[in-house]
Amino acid sequence: MAQAPPIPTSTEPKQSLTERIRSENKIPDDLKSLPKPKPVPRGREVVTLLGKNAHEAWVDSLDIVTFVGRAANATFFAIVRPRYLKLAAISRQVADTGINALPIVGLLAVMIAIVIAYQGVVQLRPYGGEDLTVNLVSVSVLREMAVLITAIIVAGRSGSAFAAEIGVMKVREEVDALKVMGLDPMEMLVVPRIIGLVITLPLLTFFADVMGLIGGAAISQFLLHISPSQYIDRVHQAVDVKDLLVGLVKAPVFAFIIAMIGCMHGLRVSGSAESVGRETTRAVVKAIFIVISLDALFSIFFEKVGW
Amino acid sequence: MKAKAQASTKGEPILSARGIVNAFGKQKVHDGIDFEVRRGEIIGIAGGSGSGKTVLLKTLTGLHTPNKGKVLVEGKPVESIDDAQKAALIGVLFQQGALFSSLSVAQNVMLPMRLHTDLEDEEQEKLAAMKLALAGLETDTGIKFPGELSGGMVKRAALARALALDPRILFLDEPTSGLDPITAGGIDELILKLNQDLGVTFILITHDLNTLFTVCDRVAILVDHKITVDTLDNLMRSNQPWIHDLLHGPRAPNKKGHSHGS
Repeated sequence: MAQAPPIPTSTEPKQSLTERIRSENKIPDDLKSLPKPKPVPRGREVVTLLGKNAHEAWVDSLDIVTFVGRAANATFFAIVRPRYLKLAAISRQVADTGINALPIVGLLAVMIAIVIAYQGVVQLRPYGGEDLTVNLVSVSVLREMAVLITAIIVAGRSGSAFAAEIGVMKVREEVDALKVMGLDPMEMLVVPRIIGLVITLPLLTFFADVMGLIGGAAISQFLLHISPSQYIDRVHQAVDVKDLLVGLVKAPVFAFIIAMIGCMHGLRVSGSAESVGRETTRAVVKAIFIVISLDALFSIFFEKVGW
Repeated sequence: MKAKAQASTKGEPILSARGIVNAFGKQKVHDGIDFEVRRGEIIGIAGGSGSGKTVLLKTLTGLHTPNKGKVLVEGKPVESIDDAQKAALIGVLFQQGALFSSLSVAQNVMLPMRLHTDLEDEEQEKLAAMKLALAGLETDTGIKFPGELSGGMVKRAALARALALDPRILFLDEPTSGLDPITAGGIDELILKLNQDLGVTFILITHDLNTLFTVCDRVAILVDHKITVDTLDNLMRSNQPWIHDLLHGPRAPNKKGHSHGS
């Protein structure tokens, strides 16, 4: 048997260490202090951090490219071989990401229309062009605002949900369990979410278009005394089907980006609950960043092709 | 017990690890791990906290690709086995069960069947009920969700799922941790029963000395990035300090209480 070390016995009256230090006013010699971390020069710290972050950014972009490839491949595969399509999972995603988001998307679309209309009226009044507010509202809502606001809300609502759901599954080893059962997490977890959101976001965008125009109608009545039937006429003159389409074609692209980034960060979670929070935050920030950057590129593109 | 003693001496290797090296950054976890698991035996993997038991399990099941070395299951490299075959060959009970929380217990058990077999729904349900019974759960548990189960029941349900496709090898990651001694004893009995009745090969990671002493034919101990595999009787005589402390320490069961390998 391994002998346990004997417990030291003492005949001294029991006195706590704190009391001893207080009464003798010095630290006993047999007490060792904690090792202090080596101070790093400020300048070097900055350089190290810079290098670290640059490396991380590089690894990150490689990860995104790889994941886009794998996710696109898996999604394409699922669509051409419908046996692998998880219809139940997709419909659950559509319900979660779409139907439940209707109230907030609708409300915000109305708000945005009101904001634009107010600015339009104030800015255009000196030139006597306040009637053009209707054009301003309808064009900006259909082409840009509806899809952008919808994408941002969905990134916040569903992108974060994807990252957190998959992240917790990762922590609880459920992702490993899938793999060990011979099921591809890509096919089981990522593809239904991507397809679900690609179906949902254009529909939500269309809903936001409608709500934005209704908001515009209400504010026109209130500020410019344009009746709803006049408003419809004006909108008819101001916009074209292609304005609606410019907004709607962006939606599936944004949906793919949001779903993909959410799932990617979810699968990157490792170990702790803290990691779930960190990856969720990153997923949302990155998705919104990429959506807005892409929207800028789209604007340039559509301007160049003359749409 | 007699059948088990036979199994520990006979049986060709069903799984072998050759020269496994795993490192995370500069930190080396495994440095050249070689061992074989024979068909029909129960092998326990023990080792201190942070000695890389779970990483070893993930390497053996193909979830983690080692930096060096390879794992052969039934003579084939584990990464080359296709999904459906692998699911039929290997079952894993994860430390926290890893049941899918959005599915009921029965649906969890049926999931591998649904995706890898073409059984009718009714047949799947019957099979699932049978697997649950095999794992020692009431059939009523099938309609419950993982969140409603106690720790011991989660382990049993996860075991039922691991058994779904009648795997030849079952990996158990700390099957008795966090369970009260009576429930843990029940799990031990279950392992022995499945091993004797179905001839399943077990590889179990455990800290639980009782489990090591009562169910394992051989024990693999991870110390200093290497592995030592032997029967308990031989390991009891080992001079390696960690192994000696583990098997002779204050928590080791009374040696007379076991009659293993004799």
